[in-house]
Amino acid sequence: MAADSALLLSLVEEFVSGLQDSRAKDTATGVKDGQFTVLQLVEALGLSLTSSQPHTRARGVQLLSQVLQECYGELSESEVEVLIAFYENRLKDHYVITPYVLQGLRALTKCTVLPPGSAVSMLRSLFQDVHVQSLMLAERACVYNMLINLMESREAELKGLGADFVFGFVQSMDGERDPRNLLLAFQIAKNIIHRGYDLGKFAEELFEVTSCYFPIDFSPPPNDPHGITQEELIQTLRSVLTGTPRFAEFLLPLIIEKLDSDVQSAKLDSLQTLTACVSLYEHKDLAEFLPGLWASLRREVFQTASEKIEAAGLAAVTALTSCLSRSVLNSDSEDSLSTFLGLVLEDCQHHLSEPDLKLVWPSAKLLHAASSASCRASHVVTAAVLPSLIEQYSSRTECSQRRTLLEVLQGFILSVKTSQSSEKDESVFLPFRQSLCSIVFSALLESNAGLQITATCVLTSLGRQTGLLLDSDVLLAVEHLTRLVLEEEDHKVSLAIVECAGALAKLQPAAFITKMIPRLKLEIFTESMDQDNVNTLPTEHSHHAVRQRCLSALAAVSTEPSVVQESTPVLLEVLSSAHTGSVVFSVEEVVSVCRSLQRIAEQARDTEETGRCFHDVIIPRLLALALQAALQGESGSSGRRSPLVEEAVLSAMVPVISTTCSRIQPTFAGQTASRAVSLFLDGDVSFLPDNSFPSHIQLLKQQQPGASWSQTQLVCLLMGCVCSLPRSVEVPQLDRLLSELEELSCTCSHPLSYTSAAKCYAGLVNKREPGDSLDGLIQKTMKRVCCELDSPSSPVRTQAFTLLLWVAKALLLRYHPLSTALTDKLFSLLGDADLGSMAADGFSLLMSDSDDVLSRCCHADVRIMYRQRFFSENSAKLVQDFNSAPQEKKPSYLKALSNIVNKLPKQVQVTELPALLSLLLEALSYPDRGVQLSTLSCLEPVLLDPPPALIQQLEALVSRLLALTSSPAMSVRTTSLRCIQALSRFPEHEILPFRSRVLRGLSRPLDDRKRLVRSEAAEARGAWFLVGSPGGS
Amino acid sequence: MSGGTQLENANPLIFQRSGERLLTATDEDEDVHDPIDDREIFDLIRSINDPEHPLSLEELNVVEQVRVKVDDVASTVDIQFTPTIPHCSMATLIGLSIKVKLLRSLPDRFKIDVQITPGTHASEDAVNKQLADKERVAAALENSQLLEVVNQCLSTRTA
Repeated sequence: MAADSALLLSLVEEFVSGLQDSRAKDTATGVKDGQFTVLQLVEALGLSLTSSQPHTRARGVQLLSQVLQECYGELSESEVEVLIAFYENRLKDHYVITPYVLQGLRALTKCTVLPPGSAVSMLRSLFQDVHVQSLMLAERACVYNMLINLMESREAELKGLGADFVFGFVQSMDGERDPRNLLLAFQIAKNIIHRGYDLGKFAEELFEVTSCYFPIDFSPPPNDPHGITQEELIQTLRSVLTGTPRFAEFLLPLIIEKLDSDVQSAKLDSLQTLTACVSLYEHKDLAEFLPGLWASLRREVFQTASEKIEAAGLAAVTALTSCLSRSVLNSDSEDSLSTFLGLVLEDCQHHLSEPDLKLVWPSAKLLHAASSASCRASHVVTAAVLPSLIEQYSSRTECSQRRTLLEVLQGFILSVKTSQSSEKDESVFLPFRQSLCSIVFSALLESNAGLQITATCVLTSLGRQTGLLLDSDVLLAVEHLTRLVLEEEDHKVSLAIVECAGALAKLQPAAFITKMIPRLKLEIFTESMDQDNVNTLPTEHSHHAVRQRCLSALAAVSTEPSVVQESTPVLLEVLSSAHTGSVVFSVEEVVSVCRSLQRIAEQARDTEETGRCFHDVIIPRLLALALQAALQGESGSSGRRSPLVEEAVLSAMVPVISTTCSRIQPTFAGQTASRAVSLFLDGDVSFLPDNSFPSHIQLLKQQQPGASWSQTQLVCLLMGCVCSLPRSVEVPQLDRLLSELEELSCTCSHPLSYTSAAKCYAGLVNKREPGDSLDGLIQKTMKRVCCELDSPSSPVRTQAFTLLLWVAKALLLRYHPLSTALTDKLFSLLGDADLGSMAADGFSLLMSDSDDVLSRCCHADVRIMYRQRFFSENSAKLVQDFNSAPQEKKPSYLKALSNIVNKLPKQVQVTELPALLSLLLEALSYPDRGVQLSTLSCLEPVLLDPPPALIQQLEALVSRLLALTSSPAMSVRTTSLRCIQALSRFPEHEILPFRSRVLRGLSRPLDDRKRLVRSEAAEARGAWFLVGSPGGS
Repeated sequence: MSGGTQLENANPLIFQRSGERLLTATDEDEDVHDPIDDREIFDLIRSINDPEHPLSLEELNVVEQVRVKVDDVASTVDIQFTPTIPHCSMATLIGLSIKVKLLRSLPDRFKIDVQITPGTHASEDAVNKQLADKERVAAALENSQLLEVVNQCLSTRTA
């Protein structure tokens, strides 16, 4: 014990007189370990605390405070009481001591055993004896932290202080300058307001002391050491200012004043603060400021150049209106909502009668914003505005004016939609129903494309509101839409029509089933009147276009199961007539039919009904038709080839099947899969409709080489089915299937057949369970492929390469350990004389998402970031191979490299670029156009946000790019010009030296023979003229 | 555009923008020479910003395609523009912006003539004379304040 006290004395001595700061830590450890108590420490400090030298006293207090900071948790209540009394007393002492006293007090505020009443007494002496703003930054922070701690633990006591607490705080923070402390001070103010402290008569003072920072303009120092952002300050201050309606009378004039500012961010902040504050206010808080607020808001929306400010202004109008609508009125107060809306209508309404002038849109937007706020507001606004809009529509004759009016009307319909969705009220548009419908229908009859498009949008929004379209109107609308589908030739209009039909069909399927589908069917099956006449090409062309529009309309309306039941039979009938030749359809039309089926499969609601329709009717029918066509194509008896053997048609059928099979309906999908497998492996045709097929069909076997491609290519349909199944569905006879697919892909000479077989094989391998059987399978395939590839005379090297590529992709996606062996083989093929360029292109396939197999929507096993992984594992090797390759083989390597880098995510490109930059720059000066183009397209996105490594290479980059602007290939010229334009956004001081050189270099492409090149050149040169020029950035 | 200032013409007529030029097959064809035509010149100047409104010259109908004449062979361009009101104080500035835009975007061989549409501005002759005077145009661009405004009219808006 004696040793301990001697040790303590020496520690104190060394700290106080020896000025060894580390002793504080040792003392604190001693106290924590129970070596000595705080009481002993105070006793040991005795002399220094009573010394006549302020600096010695300060040192003594410092030691005590630092110890307390470490072990405030171990103090007893009586100890705390004594310590607080001591510290409170020390606050009156010399100023050099104050910082350490505050530290000690802050430590004590964290004690859980703070005796009752001590918080109040601590604060009283603090507010009385300390002038916070003459303290240093850290001490001020100390005071704020004390307040925050006490507010957390002693809320009731502090509230007992009443308004004195608020006053004390106001005095402490008045004049605070440091953003770090402001953040704390705002936090305290926010707590005062949100936790219901009594503001007493100091509301205005509290507002003044915080609002003087509004609007906040703060840019953090360059390296941002404290991590404080302007946004953070804005948000905390905003929650202080908007926290209570008692601030309303001060805040609103301030906002009006700040809206006059020239600084855009100040305006934006003011508008957002206004939007936030009115959510708590009542009409009486707002009443006297309404005219002023409205004048400022109107000016901002009418005159601003910035969309952000316009949007914030409109949001503020909506918030104001909804605040006014919410308030309960007394019998004697005036209705401030109608006063406000009166102001809005007075200033905006007359602009709506000048639909050519600029202010029509800002006015309309303000009215839309007001009417979207509440039901009452929308009643007032629509009652005032709609009659005149409707009347104007009929009196104006110019299409552009009518279109503007119609768009304004649509804005009202859309704005009301949001506010009324929950209520069962009658729509505010009910009184105008009749006139709105007749306007829309008359607009649909116009010949002006813009007007028609707007009319379809209005029709859709009318349909979405309950009760606005009567049954008779719906029928009329469907008639109009059907007529327009058949007659309208403008591409944009017919797109809008089809979209509108799709939206309405979701709401009113019956009308579309009875009216539209039969009419479209009739039109599709009508053959062009005079098809023998050769001179009628235009009508032939237009008839084709009508069919296309009908097909896309059929697809668009088929979302509800009831419509799907009606529309898909029509499409299937088209396919079978196209096959038999009873009605002539071009290949392109048959492809569109398949596209429509695919779209229906994608968008139709995933019900059992539609599932059955697709799995039991559509897929068997598709397979049967394709099989019939294939068998017929082989026999060649009828003399004409069915369009269903065309590659384009088959490729369009694949997504129909794969989309259907990828839907999560395991029972149906499993059934379809086993049917398809038994069809392809065993020739089991029992599930196909109109079964008149010969028995021994062997679709995966090539009986006579070269003759039976029409049958082998059907393997792509098998691929669509088995490769898109959810992973829970098992594929029957998998091993046999795989070996037949491998055989087909390695022997067949027909490109679609062997590619599809390879893809199908890869799709199955990708999903197969890991294990020895999979490894064995891959090794077997690999051996066979390598054997073919290694013999230069083999006739099936391309086939072997295709299989290698797809299997490599399948394994790469799932991180299979054997994938490296396959990709290494691909890299080695880059040096191959025949396959080198194909291999280079293959890397693009390897790195990109494929849409039919091996994609996530086909439930393939795709790991995240496989591209980065592949790149980081192989880039060094690629560079090394490139350096050692003979000159004539280098293009393949460069192409492969740019293909790989092209597909990498941007973040990775930026980090990896420094290592590859010299290679890419070399690729730019390579004469091969493909390499140039692929490198440019890889550089272009990187240039938009250049990494430092690129900036160091500016000289090389500029000269290479300028040289490429006179390349013989147009695409190289345009892309290089786009890159040069991107360079103009580099840091100005870096590119300024190149300005005159680039401007000179760009004057030649301004006179290019191709217009597209000239326009890129003009844009790039314009951008470079602005570099370093006043007003440029 | 601060709160207090009043615009000369606060509520001008707005015209529809023409769409992007449609691409034709010959535009993509490497072997075909595309001559510089009226529409190409119009496309260069239609997106110039108005000095006081957040609108393009096309939307205010200050420039129209019918008032753009180009002769590719003779290397001449003639443009007439129409101020929105006869007393528009911005007329010279607009003319200067058009001229500068074309000087920057066309090959050197072209002679560029920018004039006010006859009968649409109070001090038509004075402005035309200023715009035709090479020395004065060059001198105007030495003035950094003027150059700043012109550059703002020519920069693509980012807000």
